[in-house]
Amino acid sequence: MKRSGQPVFWVLFGAGGMLAALFGPALVFITGIAVPLGVLLPQGFMNYSRMLSFAQHWAGKAFLLGAITLFIWHAAHRIFHSLHDLGIHTGVVARTLCYGGAGVVTLLAVWSLSAVGL
Amino acid sequence: MSARRPYMRPMNGWWRRDPFFVRYMVREATALVVALYAVVLLAGTLCLARGETSWNAWLALLRTPASILLHLLMLVAMIYHAYSWFEIMPKTLPVLFIGGRRVAGTTITRVGLIAAALATLVTLAVAWTLRP
Repeated sequence: MKRSGQPVFWVLFGAGGMLAALFGPALVFITGIAVPLGVLLPQGFMNYSRMLSFAQHWAGKAFLLGAITLFIWHAAHRIFHSLHDLGIHTGVVARTLCYGGAGVVTLLAVWSLSAVGL
Repeated sequence: MSARRPYMRPMNGWWRRDPFFVRYMVREATALVVALYAVVLLAGTLCLARGETSWNAWLALLRTPASILLHLLMLVAMIYHAYSWFEIMPKTLPVLFIGGRRVAGTTITRVGLIAAALATLVTLAVAWTLRP
């Protein structure tokens, strides 16, 4: 019997959902509201040299890669299954678009985070 | 065979009939925001890899009123994602036993929400200590 790939997608969905539930609100607040407005944290918090060293550090790199890829795989899996609830039954096409899109985001994240160097 | 047209029950707007289904669809819709935020972060790392000019352009984009408003809406959706994630956790988790007794669903939800609140506070505290 051919093994199903479903558990892999389900684990990525679960891990991404958990990461987003624990850290999503704080991340959106910091990067999208606090730092741009300069409230609580100064605007220089995310200046180029600081963020470059953050992305070059192994822990910062792992955090960014984990957040981007797990968030997108979580969302892709959930959106794919919600299409069915909306009456859209485009099996292979929807699957390719959802998981393919997540794959492209993953590749770009890996590429950009390796391009910033160590 | 080709003339056969099986009856397909229409399902437009089925979820608007019941508040329970509406909550389900709103919960599923938070995935759009999680995806959007992943793309925002990805745009950031791509700009970071391109160099300082690109990075500053990304920062300037984040400072536009439209972006701030979008992030406020995304924050609301992200908080609802966190809340609903732990709200349904008693159903998504295998049945848990501690000391031979089944852990109540409300306990699982409460522990999850406390964990999320702690993670948020710790993240904000770490950011605060790392400020320039």
